[in-house]
Amino acid sequence: MSAVESGVGSRPAPSRLASGRIARRPGRRDRATPRHKRASITLGILMTVMLLYCLVPLWWLVVSSTKTMDSLYDSFAFWFSGEFALFQNIVDTFTYQDGIFLRWLGNTLAYVVVGAGGATLFATLAGYGLAKYDFPGRRWVFAIILGAMAIPASALAVPQFLLFSGLGLTNTPWSVIIPSMVSAFGLYLVWVYAREAIPDELLEAARLDGAGEIRIFFVIALRQLAPALITVLMFTVVATWNNYFLPLIMLSDAQWYPLPVGLAQWSAQSSAIGGQAIPNLVITGSLLTVIPISAAFLYLQRYWQSGLTAGSVK
Amino acid sequence: MTVAHAHAQTPAGVSTETYATVAATGAASGGTTGRTVGTRRRRARRNWAGWWFVGPFMLIFTLVFIAPLVYAIYLSLFRETLMGGNSFVGLENYAIALVDPKFWEAMLRVSLFLLVQVPIMLGLALFAALALDSARLRWVPFYRLSIFLPYAVPGVVAVMIWGYMYGSQFGLVADLNRFFGMQLPSPLAENLILTSIGNIVTWEFVGYNMLIFFSALKAVPQELYEAAEIDGAGTFRTIFSIKLPSIRGAIVIATIFSVIGSFQLFNEPSILQTIAPNSITTYFTPNLYAFNLSFAGSQFNYAAAIAIISGVITMIVAYLVQLGGDRNGTKA
Repeated sequence: MSAVESGVGSRPAPSRLASGRIARRPGRRDRATPRHKRASITLGILMTVMLLYCLVPLWWLVVSSTKTMDSLYDSFAFWFSGEFALFQNIVDTFTYQDGIFLRWLGNTLAYVVVGAGGATLFATLAGYGLAKYDFPGRRWVFAIILGAMAIPASALAVPQFLLFSGLGLTNTPWSVIIPSMVSAFGLYLVWVYAREAIPDELLEAARLDGAGEIRIFFVIALRQLAPALITVLMFTVVATWNNYFLPLIMLSDAQWYPLPVGLAQWSAQSSAIGGQAIPNLVITGSLLTVIPISAAFLYLQRYWQSGLTAGSVK
Repeated sequence: MTVAHAHAQTPAGVSTETYATVAATGAASGGTTGRTVGTRRRRARRNWAGWWFVGPFMLIFTLVFIAPLVYAIYLSLFRETLMGGNSFVGLENYAIALVDPKFWEAMLRVSLFLLVQVPIMLGLALFAALALDSARLRWVPFYRLSIFLPYAVPGVVAVMIWGYMYGSQFGLVADLNRFFGMQLPSPLAENLILTSIGNIVTWEFVGYNMLIFFSALKAVPQELYEAAEIDGAGTFRTIFSIKLPSIRGAIVIATIFSVIGSFQLFNEPSILQTIAPNSITTYFTPNLYAFNLSFAGSQFNYAAAIAIISGVITMIVAYLVQLGGDRNGTKA
């Protein structure tokens, strides 16, 4: 019934990642061109309002990180003013409290590399396994994973903490990394994608040639799965980099904090009575937290959008 | 998100990211979830080899999802007493929660939030997606990316940015007051704080939802538009008769995950609490309440019961949304 379904027949082309042409899927994206109409001014204005709504807070962040604490308080908030203190602010951010910000940055990177990397690997393996193998218990695996996706995570947070605490894992990096390594959504995405993108005939041919299952996966399947894999990687990287709640409950020692939890702590300290006010460091630290993830995001989006769209054509 | 929004990848969490992620599935599935599973293509052969691939995932999944879930149910049936240690109390924690005014106040608040914020956010996202897809807009990639960018901003940072801008010391409100010599109502005051949170959540997730809708729109077969044009359909007729019905699956999924996000609202209120302690109570949302019961009050058993009840309510509402979506679908 839905048009989405009626797109059957256009199986996603094999990955062109290797040749660097993955970003463009001819046909789907290009077909918008022939029906180009006269640009609507009203639409342009409305969308620009929306664009400003989305970008102005980020502009504020950039402008504010160039100000000294004094000019933060007494200058127009959306334009540069006073001494250009960006570099001083950055230095101060990195040296405050014996350079704990750098430590948080390192923690975040480690959580992202191991957590998001692991999540992507396991989700890809499992999504492929579910799509391409029939094995005892397969239906159960489906039911359990889809059911669990519907369970609000809030119901799990406290018992998760207590369980990890019982295992002696709380307040260690593992308490953040292990839960980050599961991405039910990622599995789902890979599974949907693998069903269409990897022809069974290809796998059969490889088996006839005597290739083992693991080898088939790494040599043949992985290449076909590249767009889905990058999509999953992008989402798990963003989720892990930005994660706040999980490390907040799992970690009590500031030396293990990732950036968001550390920043929240600085911010709370700023507004606490008797605490040292460091809004300029909170703001500069926020900017420094946003820049790497935005860059990764902008760089990867051209790849992962093709993965997302490809999944919707069945 | 908090609000609904982002939770999926970190199973643990109630974090916002998750929501977003899962919502993405909407685009991917186009609402046809599961229908084709196993039917389109014959399975190659039935043996245990698949477990090599699924096993590692399931192992961690069990540790992170299933074991805590079972443990939560177990916990909710006990109570810590001052002398007797842990004792079995059956459903007593649930009975108390069901008449706990704090719990219901929190539920009411997130319900109100859900009824106002989710339609606004999804409406804006839908409008933007349709505009990008309309072929009547220039610089489409630029708009698309810019509107999507806030999604990459960590929820904590988003709340801090808006928190500062809301503040009367520096920021937008302060400048407006100064410039016009007036005294605007503070967005951090008790009567406006929910609206202010709604604005933050909308800012964070409107682009994400837009992308879900946009991806789904891109998958609509071109022939449908040509046919409509031949039939003389105008822009709005095409939108209501072709585009919207075609992406119904994505809309339903985005709605479901926004609903879940609303009930799980945590990051925004918990961080704003440090700036506006008088406007946000310890039981502002069900999630915040469960968190504070556990970590500030050590009432783990009662917190588990609260979390399970709000989880069940969330699932019921999400299920109703899906039912509604399906019913509308058969009519269309």
